[in-house]
Amino acid sequence: MTAGLARTIVTGVIGSDTHIVGNRILTMALEKAGYKVVALGALTPAADFVRAAVETRAEAILVSSLYGQGELDCRGFRDLCVEAGLEDILLYAGGNLVVGKRSWDETEETFLKMGFDRAAPPGTRAETVLEWLARDLSPA
Amino acid sequence: MSAALLIDFGSTYTKLRAVDLERRRIIGAGQGPSTVASDVMLGMKAALGDLERHCGGLPRFRHRLASSSAAGGLRMVTIGLVRELTAEAARQAALGAGAKLVGSFAYRLTAADLAQIAALRPDIVLLAGGTDGGNSEVVLHNAAALASGALECPIVFAGNRDAADDARRLLAAKALACTENVMPAFNVLNVEPARAAIRQVFIERIVHAKGIDRAAAEFDAVLMPTPAAVLEGARLVADGLPGIRGLGDLLVVDPGGATTDVHSVASGEPAPGAIPQGLPEPRVKRTVEGDLGMRHNAATIVAAAGLEAIARDAGLEPARAGALLAQVSADVERLPASAEETAFDQALARAAVKIAVRRHCGTTETVYTTTGSVTVQRGKDLSRIDAVIGTGGALVASPDPRAVLRMALADPAEPLALRPRAPRLLLDREYLLYACGLLQSVEPQAALELALGHLADLDHETARERARHA
Ligand code: B12
Repeated sequence: MTAGLARTIVTGVIGSDTHIVGNRILTMALEKAGYKVVALGALTPAADFVRAAVETRAEAILVSSLYGQGELDCRGFRDLCVEAGLEDILLYAGGNLVVGKRSWDETEETFLKMGFDRAAPPGTRAETVLEWLARDLSPA
Repeated sequence: MSAALLIDFGSTYTKLRAVDLERRRIIGAGQGPSTVASDVMLGMKAALGDLERHCGGLPRFRHRLASSSAAGGLRMVTIGLVRELTAEAARQAALGAGAKLVGSFAYRLTAADLAQIAALRPDIVLLAGGTDGGNSEVVLHNAAALASGALECPIVFAGNRDAADDARRLLAAKALACTENVMPAFNVLNVEPARAAIRQVFIERIVHAKGIDRAAAEFDAVLMPTPAAVLEGARLVADGLPGIRGLGDLLVVDPGGATTDVHSVASGEPAPGAIPQGLPEPRVKRTVEGDLGMRHNAATIVAAAGLEAIARDAGLEPARAGALLAQVSADVERLPASAEETAFDQALARAAVKIAVRRHCGTTETVYTTTGSVTVQRGKDLSRIDAVIGTGGALVASPDPRAVLRMALADPAEPLALRPRAPRLLLDREYLLYACGLLQSVEPQAALELALGHLADLDHETARERARHA
C-alpha cells in the first residue's frame, strides 16, 4: 500500500488523561496493519482530534479515555465533527469507560447515544479493534 | 579595497551601507527619501550623494545588493484549511518570507472572502490546505474560487501535494508557483520551501511590479524583502559558520513606527517534563504586532499598556502623556524634541517590547489532573536563549536602549511566559543586520564578522560611552 492510498486514522487520549500505554499499543497495531495513523498522544482536547481529522482527511477517530471522566470529556464530540464537516466519520471510544458500579451495557449505551459508532469495554484487544475497522470502514 | 554596497529601499527612506569586505568595517552610511512611487532613481541618487559626502568619494563596489520594504512592503494574503493548522502554517511561512500579512483566511473561501481578498490588493497569495494525502477538496475549492476571481497577482501553492496537479489545471490562467506543502503531515511544519518560493516570486515579479527595477543601474539584485534580510542576518549571527562561533539562540526586537517585529532563532523545545501542545513553531520565527507601533499605532500601545502605566513609566502626568500621544499620532514623522517627548517615546518603546515579546514567546500552563499537575507548553521556550538584540530607529535613538531591551526579559509578574531569563543584551547601532543578511548570500564570512564586530554589547557599555554615542 502506498502512503497516498493508506487510510488515515486519528488516535489520542482525551481530556486531562495521561494513560498513554493502551493508546500507544493500539496505534502501533494500526500502523502495522497498514493504516496511516495520526497519533495525538495523551492530554488531547476534543477539538484537536477534529482539527487533525479535517486536515488529514481521516476516516476514523479512536478516542481513548482511562481515568474515569470519559463521558464528560466526550460529550458533544459528534457535534464537533458535524460542525467541521465530518458528519460521516467513524468514531470509537475505548479504554476504561466504566465508572463506579455502572454496568458495561449502560456505559456502552451512553456512548452510542453520544454518537460514537462503537464503545470498547475495558481490556478490549487491539486485534478486535482491527476487525471492527475492517468491517466498519467503507471499501476504498 | 574590496567594498560592498547594501541598499534598503524602505517605506520612507532609502538607506545605504558601504562596507569594506577585507577589513570588516563600515565605510559609510547614506540615506535619501524613498521615492519608489514616483521615480525610485531620485531617492537612490540622493542616498548615493549622501553616502559620497560621508565617505569622501565612492569606492568601486564588488557587490551591490538590495532589499525592499517600499511601496507598502510585500503584501500577502494566506489561505489554509483549519485555522490552527495549515492556515497557521501558511501565516508562519509568509511572515518568515518577510511579508506584510494583510489577510489570513481558513476553510472554504466565500464570495465575501474573495471580494475582501481583491480589496486587500495582495502582491502574492499563498494557498495551502490539507496534509499530503489528506483533505484536497477545500484547497481545490479555494483554487477554483481564486481562478474565477479577478485577482491578478501571483499565487504560491503549498498545500496537499495530491491536489497540486488539479490546482495547476484550475489556476492555469494565473501566475502560479507550486512548492512543497507547508504541513506535509499532521503538526509537521515545513515552511522553508514556501519561503523560498515566495522569495523567488518576489525577485522575478514583485521587484518589477513595484517599479524598483527602474534603479537597476545602481544595484546588482534586489534579493528579498527587508524583514527577510533582517531575519537572514539574525540567523547568521545566531548560528555562525564553520570555524566562527555565532552568538547562539537569540531574539531580535524592532519597535518600529507602524509595527513591532520580533524574530527568534531558537528551537525553543519544551523543558524536560513539559508536554508540548499546539502547532510546533519554526526555529527561525518572525512575528509582527500590527497594534504596536511607535507612531502610526502609538494609541494602541497606550490602549494595551494603559495610559496611567505609560505616564508613570515616563515620569509624566497622565494628562501630559495623553497630549504627547495625540501629538505623535497626528505627526507620525515627529522626532522627540524635548526631554518630555524623549521620556514618552522611551515608555512607548518599553511597552511595545514588553507586549510584543510576550506574544512571541511560548507559555506554560499547569493542568490539574486527578493525580496532581502536569505542565503543558504552547509555543517556543525562549527562557534559555543567549542573546537579545535590539534594532531599528527607536532603539538606536533611545537614551537608554538597555532599559528598553530589558522589557523582553522574564518577569516574576508573568510566571507562565517563557521569556529570556539571562541573555546578553546587544544593540544593532549601525543598522547592519539587514545589510549582513544581504551580504551573507555572497560573502558569508565577511557578513558574519562584520555583524559580530558591530553589535554593541549593552551590558558592558557605561553611561559615558552612551552619552558619546548620543
Ligand atoms: C498504569 C496506570 C496508571 C499510570 C499511567 C501511566 C501512563 N502514563 O500511562 C498512572 C500511575 C500515572 C495512573 C494514574 C491514574 N490512574 Co491509573 N491506571 C493504570 C492501570 C494500572 C493500567 C493502565 C494501562 O496502561 N493498561 C494497559 C493497557 C494496554 O490497556 P488499556 O489502556 O486498557 O488499553 C487497551 C484497551 O483498553 C484498548 N483501548 C484503549 N484505548 C482504546 C480506544 C478505543 C477507541 C478502543 C476501541 C480500544 C481502546 O486497547 C488497548 C490494548 O488492548 C489502570 C488499571 C488497569 N489495570 O487497567 C489504572 C486505572 C486506569 N487508573 C485509574 C485511576 C483512577 C487513575 C488516577 C485518577 C489515580 C488517582 N486518583 O490519582 C490517575 C489519573 C492520572 C491522569 N490524569 O490520567 C483507574 C480508572 C478508574 C475509572 N476509569 O473509573 C484505573 C482503572 C485503576 C482502578 N481500577 O481504579 N494510572
